[in-house]
Amino acid sequence: MKTGAKILVESLQREGTEIIFGYPGGVVLPIYDELYDSSLRHILVRHEQAAAHAADGYARASGRVGVCLATSGPGACNLVTGIATAYMDSVPIVALTGQVPTNLLGNDAFQESDITGITLPITKHNYLVKNTADLSRTIQEAFYIAGTGRPGPVLVDIPKDVSTSSVKDVPVPEKVELRGYNPTYHGHKRQIEKALQLIAKAERPVIYAGGGVILSNASAELIQVATMLGIPITTTLMGIGAIPGDHPLNLGMLGMHGTEYANFAITECDLLFAIGVRFDDRVTGKTETFAANAKIIHIDVDPAEIGKNKRVDVPIVGDVKAVLSDMLTCLKKTGVHDAWIKKIQHWKQHHPLKCPDDGGLHPQFIIRQMSEMLGGDAVIVSEVGQNQMWTAQHFSFKHPRTWITSGGLGTMGYGLPAAMGAHFARPDLPVFDVAGDGSIQMNIQEFGTIAHYNIPVKIAILNNRYLGMVRQWQELFYDRRYSYTELPAVEFVKIANAYGIEGIKVESPEDVKPALQASLDCNGPFVIDFRVEREENVFPMVPAGAAINEMIGGHPR
Amino acid sequence: MKQHTLSILVENKAGVLSRVSGLFSRRGFNIESLAVGPCEEPGMSRITIVAIADDDKVEQIMKQLNKLIDVIKVSDLTGSPRVERELALIKVTAELGTSRAEIMQIAEIFRAAIVDVSPKSIILQVIGDTEKINAMETLLRQYGIKEFVRTGTVGILRGSKGVPGGK
Repeated sequence: MKTGAKILVESLQREGTEIIFGYPGGVVLPIYDELYDSSLRHILVRHEQAAAHAADGYARASGRVGVCLATSGPGACNLVTGIATAYMDSVPIVALTGQVPTNLLGNDAFQESDITGITLPITKHNYLVKNTADLSRTIQEAFYIAGTGRPGPVLVDIPKDVSTSSVKDVPVPEKVELRGYNPTYHGHKRQIEKALQLIAKAERPVIYAGGGVILSNASAELIQVATMLGIPITTTLMGIGAIPGDHPLNLGMLGMHGTEYANFAITECDLLFAIGVRFDDRVTGKTETFAANAKIIHIDVDPAEIGKNKRVDVPIVGDVKAVLSDMLTCLKKTGVHDAWIKKIQHWKQHHPLKCPDDGGLHPQFIIRQMSEMLGGDAVIVSEVGQNQMWTAQHFSFKHPRTWITSGGLGTMGYGLPAAMGAHFARPDLPVFDVAGDGSIQMNIQEFGTIAHYNIPVKIAILNNRYLGMVRQWQELFYDRRYSYTELPAVEFVKIANAYGIEGIKVESPEDVKPALQASLDCNGPFVIDFRVEREENVFPMVPAGAAINEMIGGHPR
Repeated sequence: MKQHTLSILVENKAGVLSRVSGLFSRRGFNIESLAVGPCEEPGMSRITIVAIADDDKVEQIMKQLNKLIDVIKVSDLTGSPRVERELALIKVTAELGTSRAEIMQIAEIFRAAIVDVSPKSIILQVIGDTEKINAMETLLRQYGIKEFVRTGTVGILRGSKGVPGGK
């Protein structure tokens, strides 16, 4: 006979879990008691939201399923933002929550909340386990659902009596089979042929690659296809890292804060090859003018994404890696689009991203310095806002899964806890959290966690004493009326020191490199408080609802 | 905007109905009618949902429904030859010696059954498609409808072809 708590821990180990991010509480006491002498590693965060983000950061950096654990009621509710973040970016996590005992369910018992009800629209699936005998199979299914097809978060709610009751060991099946869940991995042969025919006829093709390429570990296949066909690639925010930043076919990011050349290329292309993307509004701008003269091929593992926002000529439902591999087997080197490539080269030359050079401390400069020093061999996590966009624009990434950011939900406060998780996935690489002074204060309590476990996350705060992105919108579209976006000065180094973390304040450009070096030389966490130009804007920018070639802050055409 | 009848085969588990209806509510769609009950397969239920929406919105909802782990199969019956029925119970004011005979005549025309009689009212049970039930309601309104309950539409394809299981 085994208790539910023991079965849970054994099930997690069977699924290959090595680390859990969590926070204890009343109804998870039996589970924590079991963890006490288990070989499973547990990191005690300072707020449950951070547990969910850390599991998410671990999953994004490793490609494996991340695990977080919280108690019922407030603990479970605090996971919600983290679960929604993972859901929007298709990140595989399993969130375990304690629940009040089954005989009290629905009684408004102490610390009871209907967490399966609350997370219904933000999980790929969720479970309320009513019997201990169901626990091992449920955990197996949860990992399977989270990590396969289009990945996503799965929540398992475990009432206290389910953890404490004992049952005979319940063996789990070798393979999970769910009648209502059969993702399609291989693309339809005829569709692939049709796509190849379209590509062969195209004169101005562009690949638009997204998070699906990263999730499916298809970066090598993507580059191979693009190189053989001579097609330039633009990536979404989530697709950054799929192709090295300095690759000649790379156009950088497209969309609202994309490069001018990527947005021009999309606007003028005659074939759009969309791979693992979802035509998000931040990418397309006005959908009618997005690749308006192009035939569209779209590969995605989720059939619901195909044709959702934009009519597609050749849909291919399947896993990006599987479909691209199938394509490669019947690919002939066709692509010579000399005139097109030349045109793009011209745009690249005359419309580069701008980096102000007036002696002030500019955020773009800081990111470029980081990029130069790290050479792409680091995991870069960001918060949300200007800090995120500058990093996406100016850091040159070399590998997939080294750029970790909350794209879909845009969760401020994501970066620091996600960076903690990323460290445990890639202890071999330096991990940076690029933050703003607004974002960092949303989960600043995690200074406690990184100090406690000496997690060597380097935190680069682009401190402009504004909620910068909102201020930028107010400057551009609300007549500079800075309504509630100015923040008072905070001495972040002092806060760091109070937690026992080293830090340094930087106020001029020549101190950037030494400060970054100091952070790398420190074998623990480190905070750099960069006092940057206060009213710097992220450019170019496509105003909401405009066509993506109508950018402001670019070069004259 | 067009009326669609969706037939959804689901696992008979707690919470499935909220998963399904949640996909409609988050898109601001009102469900015109919904009927659910066990079906030919043990452990499964079939939900019939009638909703009014644009074709492409319905296509997106069907794709989203298909993504639910507990949903086995989604079919749009709209446009295919099918039988649709609902059942209504109507409690009509009918005092002895007044319009009772007229009401019974209407019931006969609609092939409705009288399932309860009291000194002040009668209850009619009528089965048919939505229009038929609406028509009967309109006719009975003049006598005073005390209470009106209907099941929601259930639908099935005509002929030997069923709605197959499996995604």
